[in-house]
Amino acid sequence: MLWLSQAAIPLLLLGIPLYGLLKKQPVYELFCQGAAEGVTMAVQILPYLLAMLVAVGVLRASGAFLALARWLSPLCQTVGLPPEVLPLALLRPLSGGGALAITAELLADYGPDSFIGRLASVMQGSTDTTCYILAVYFGSVGVKKYRYALAVGLAADAVTFISAFCICRLLFPC
Amino acid sequence: MLNWLWFGLLALGIAFGGLQGDFAGVSAAALEAAADSVVWIMEMTGLLCLWLGMLKIAEASGLMQKIARLFSPAVAFLFPDVPRQHPAFTSMLMNMAANFLGLGNAATPFGLKAMEQLQSLNPHPDRASRPMITFLAVNTSGITLIPTLVISLRTAAGSAAPTEIIGAAVFATGCGTAFALIFDAILRKSKYGRS
Repeated sequence: MLWLSQAAIPLLLLGIPLYGLLKKQPVYELFCQGAAEGVTMAVQILPYLLAMLVAVGVLRASGAFLALARWLSPLCQTVGLPPEVLPLALLRPLSGGGALAITAELLADYGPDSFIGRLASVMQGSTDTTCYILAVYFGSVGVKKYRYALAVGLAADAVTFISAFCICRLLFPC
Repeated sequence: MLNWLWFGLLALGIAFGGLQGDFAGVSAAALEAAADSVVWIMEMTGLLCLWLGMLKIAEASGLMQKIARLFSPAVAFLFPDVPRQHPAFTSMLMNMAANFLGLGNAATPFGLKAMEQLQSLNPHPDRASRPMITFLAVNTSGITLIPTLVISLRTAAGSAAPTEIIGAAVFATGCGTAFALIFDAILRKSKYGRS
């Protein structure tokens, strides 16, 4: 499986142009035409990305996440969730880079093979940066009304975190 | 809604930073994030160009349509509003496959291409269409089989068994994605889903 993960990109880079050549397509010209679209797409998503990253960056730097985590920590202790992972759970849907930094810190502070380290790894690895994806993907096509997309994304993140916690309690004794 | 959400994030951060007396930190973070986003988009541009170039070849040679024809039955039931064999299926499938294999950065260009193709089917271009929301429900719940980034983090942190969390991560992401799809299917049929 890991092999497939490493081989997927080279195989696509070889296979797609090969198929094009067999179908007698001008693969080089087509590639450059498509690549040109990449530039416009990048310019198109930059404002949405920037707006999102600035808001989240300000919120992170303000310490509001840590305060919220501190405020919620008595609740966590009653269910046996280590409060140390709370900032990660709160930040994960908002900032991929921020969440990754917290995970790296938790792994360094508590050790990757501790309960906190394992739980943080599972939480980091099992979901994606919901708000960022919605902002960039919808922004790229000019959709302004997300309708129920945010509700679905955030509720799914909550379910993922709860499942991560339950499965870690089951698999890894603390 | 988006206007208030965005303003809320900003205002909360600034107000909280002010209360802590750390305006310097907040302003540094804002400027840094703005600069970082440009650096990040530069890297992303390269990936976008590479994969959109490849997709153009796949499109012109008929490979996109072929893959859509072959594999769309597997996911078509999730997207009743997208015509069978529409090339959007190929982009969505490639995006999901890249996420599955833990190739997050390669997934984005396919995902953006899929959005573009879904937008061409959207009767109200400023509103999210139902297939877009379903697609993003799968995408944001981050279904993956190999969380490559976390494994490399764990290896770097000196873990005795960096890959031991894969099973648990697959379970958690499976629960999240299943929930997202069910919740989406319910909302799609409710009054919120009416287009």
